[in-house]
Amino acid sequence: MERFSFIFLVAGILFFVLAFAVSGWIPMLTVQHLEVRTVEQMAEQPPLEFAELKADYPEAFAKAYGDVSDSQAFADALRTGHKTYIGEACWHCHSQQIRPWGNDEARYGRKSFPEEYHNELNMPPLWGTRRIGPDLIRRGGKQSNDWHVAHFYNPPDVNPVSVMPSYPWFFEEDGLTPNKKGLSIIAYVQWLGSWIPTVDETIYEVPFIEETYPPAVLNRPSRPLDSEGTEGTDENPTDTPTEDGDDFWE
Amino acid sequence: MSEPQSSALSTTAAEAPLVRRDLVKWHVIAGVSWLAIALFAGLFYSLQLLQSWPLPKIAVLSPGRIRLIHTNLIAFGFLTNAFLAMLYWTVPRLTGLRVASKKLGWLIYAAWNGIILATWVGLHLGEAQAVEWGETPVWVDPLVVVGAILVWIQFYTPIVKTKEKALYVTLWYFSAGFVWLGLTYIMGNFFPEYLVAGNAAGPLLGLYIHDLVGLWVTPMGWGMMYFFVPILLKKPIWSHALSLVGFWGLAFFYPLQGVHHFLGSPIPMFAQYSAVVSTIAVEIVVTTVVINFFMTWKGSEATLKTSIPIRWFFLGALNYAITCFQCAFQVTLTFQQVIHFTDWVVGHAHLVMFGVFSFWIFGMIEHLWPKLTGHNWRSESLRRWSFWLTALGLWGMFLTLTVSGLIEGFMSMNLVPRETILQTMTPFWLVRTITGISIISGFACLVVNMVLTARAGRIAHIDTDYSPYEDVEQGEVAIGAV
Repeated sequence: MERFSFIFLVAGILFFVLAFAVSGWIPMLTVQHLEVRTVEQMAEQPPLEFAELKADYPEAFAKAYGDVSDSQAFADALRTGHKTYIGEACWHCHSQQIRPWGNDEARYGRKSFPEEYHNELNMPPLWGTRRIGPDLIRRGGKQSNDWHVAHFYNPPDVNPVSVMPSYPWFFEEDGLTPNKKGLSIIAYVQWLGSWIPTVDETIYEVPFIEETYPPAVLNRPSRPLDSEGTEGTDENPTDTPTEDGDDFWE
Repeated sequence: MSEPQSSALSTTAAEAPLVRRDLVKWHVIAGVSWLAIALFAGLFYSLQLLQSWPLPKIAVLSPGRIRLIHTNLIAFGFLTNAFLAMLYWTVPRLTGLRVASKKLGWLIYAAWNGIILATWVGLHLGEAQAVEWGETPVWVDPLVVVGAILVWIQFYTPIVKTKEKALYVTLWYFSAGFVWLGLTYIMGNFFPEYLVAGNAAGPLLGLYIHDLVGLWVTPMGWGMMYFFVPILLKKPIWSHALSLVGFWGLAFFYPLQGVHHFLGSPIPMFAQYSAVVSTIAVEIVVTTVVINFFMTWKGSEATLKTSIPIRWFFLGALNYAITCFQCAFQVTLTFQQVIHFTDWVVGHAHLVMFGVFSFWIFGMIEHLWPKLTGHNWRSESLRRWSFWLTALGLWGMFLTLTVSGLIEGFMSMNLVPRETILQTMTPFWLVRTITGISIISGFACLVVNMVLTARAGRIAHIDTDYSPYEDVEQGEVAIGAV
C-alpha cells in the first residue's frame, strides 16, 4: 500500500474509474433513450418573441442574421445567445434548474425534468450553483422583449435593487437598438421554457406589468412565419405594447 | 505496511543540484503574481454586488467575466504554480533523485503559465466554457492535458526510479494526484462538451467541480502538509496508520461524491444519495488527517508564538477541521434545500480553497522564501501583519457569508420577494467587501516583505531546517522520510 505501482493503479486509476461508473456512467444509462436535439430541430418554429424582435428592429435583425429564413435566423440567435450567456457568466448568478424542494416549484414552476435538457444547448448543462438572480429555465415569455432591452442596457433602471451588471455592448452605438449579441441573448432567454406552459403554474413571480401579456405558448403561430415576420400578429394583443415601446424609444 | 525509512542516499557526484531552487523560486513568484490578479478580481466582483462597479461599460472587464477570472486564476494560476514549486522542493528530497529534466522544468513553467495566460485572455474576451472551475476556453483544454502529461513525466520519473521500498505519505498523494488531475480534466472538459448532453453530462460537471478540489488540490495540499509540518516541528508525524487511513479513505470516497453539487437536479436520486452517503463517509475519514496534524502538533504549542509558518499550517488545519464538520451536515438534503444556491456555499468554498490550501501555501512560502533568496525575512512585523490581516479577513468573510447564506436560504424558501432578499443581503455584502480588503492588505504585506527580502536582506539566512543536508546538497542527499 506504500508502493508506487499499487497506489498508481488502485488509487489513481481503479478508484477513479469505479467512481466514474457509479456517478457518471450509470446515470447516463437512465437517459440513454432520449434523443439529443440539435439547435436546428429546436429552431424550426421560432417563438413569438423572436418574430417580434424582427418586427421591432428590422435593420439590426437583418444586419445580425442576414437574409435567411426565420428558422435559420433563430438557430443562429440561439447559438449566439447561448455563447453570450456562457461568456458573460450569466450562469454563475442564474440557475437553470427547479428543484423539487425548498419551495422552488411555487416560485418558478414545476420541477425540472431530464427531457428538457437533452439538447445541444445543454452540452454542458447550465444548471448553475448560485442564485443571485432568479432561476431562468422557465423565464421565456414572462417579460416582454422591451423589458429585456431596457433591462440588459441597465438593470437598475428597471429594478432599482438589481445587482445585475449592465451590458451596453449588447447595443448599437445609439444605446437603444440591440446588436447581434443583444438580439440573440434576448431570443435565448425568451426561448427558455417555451417547451412547457408554466406561466400560470407559478404563484409568486409573475410580474404585474405583464398581466396583459398572454402566456407565450398559447401565442405560438400556427404556421411558419413569412419573411416579414408579421404572421399571427394581427389578432395578437402583444403588438400593442410593442408600439408603445417604439414611441417610448423615440 | 512498514514504517517509512530514511532513504538510501545516492551520493553520485554531480554538477547539478538535487533541488532546482530556481524553478521553485520562479513558480512561487508566478503563483503569487496570479494570486494578486485573482484577489483583485474577487474584490471588484464583490463591488458589483454593492452596485458600485468601478469600470462600467467596458466589455472585456465585465463583472461576470471577472468572476470567472477570480476562480480560474486561483485554481490554476495560484494553487497549481505554488504546488509545482512545492513539488520541485519536496520530490527530489523524498526520492533522493532529481526531477526528469531541467529543460522540461522550464517547458512546464512556460506551458502552464502560457495556459493560464491564454485562459485569462480568453475569459476577458468572453470565450468561457460552461464548466465551473474549468471555464478555460475549449481551445485551451487540450493544452491543459498536455501540461498534465508533462507534469507526469517530470515527477513520476524520480518517484518510479527511487530505491525507497515504501514511499513516504507525501509521495502517495503525489503518485495518485498527478494521474487524477489528467483524468479529472479530461472527464470534466471533454465529455460534457462533445459527447453527452443534459442529464448525462450534469453528473460529470459535479464530478469535475469536486474532483478538481478533491483529487488535485487536496492531495497536493495534504502531501505538502505531511512534508513541511514534521520539518517545521522537528518531529515525525504522530501516526503512520492514520495517514494510511486518510489516504485510502480519500482515494476511495472522494471521487464518488461529485453529484452532491447538483442535489435536487434531475439526476436520478440513487446517484444523489450515493453522493450524500460517500460525502458523509469521507468527512469521517479525513478527520483522521486532522487528528494526525493536531496530535503531531501537541507538545509543540509554543511554536505558534515563535514560528509564522506553523501558524499558517495550524490555522489551515483548524479551518480544515471546520470544513469537514460543515461538509458532513451541509450535504444532507435537509440542509441543501436551504443553503443550495446561497452565499453559504461561497463561504464554504473560500474556507476550503483559501482558508486551508492557500494558507498552507503561505506557510510554505514563509518557510521557503528565506531559503530561496538566502536572506532572512526583512520585516518580522510585516509577517505578523500579513498573517493577522489575512486570517481575520478570511474568518470575517466565512462567517459573513455563512450567516447571509442561511438568511438568504430561509427567505428564499419562504417566498420572500427577490428584491427584499437583495436588500437584506446588501449589508452582508458590504462586510464581505471589507473582509476582502483585509485579505488583500494582508497579501500586500506578504508581497512587500518578499520583495524587500529578496532585494536587500541584511542578514544571511542560515538554513537550520535542512542544515545537516544543506552543506552536502550538491552531493545529492535526500532527507528521506522524516
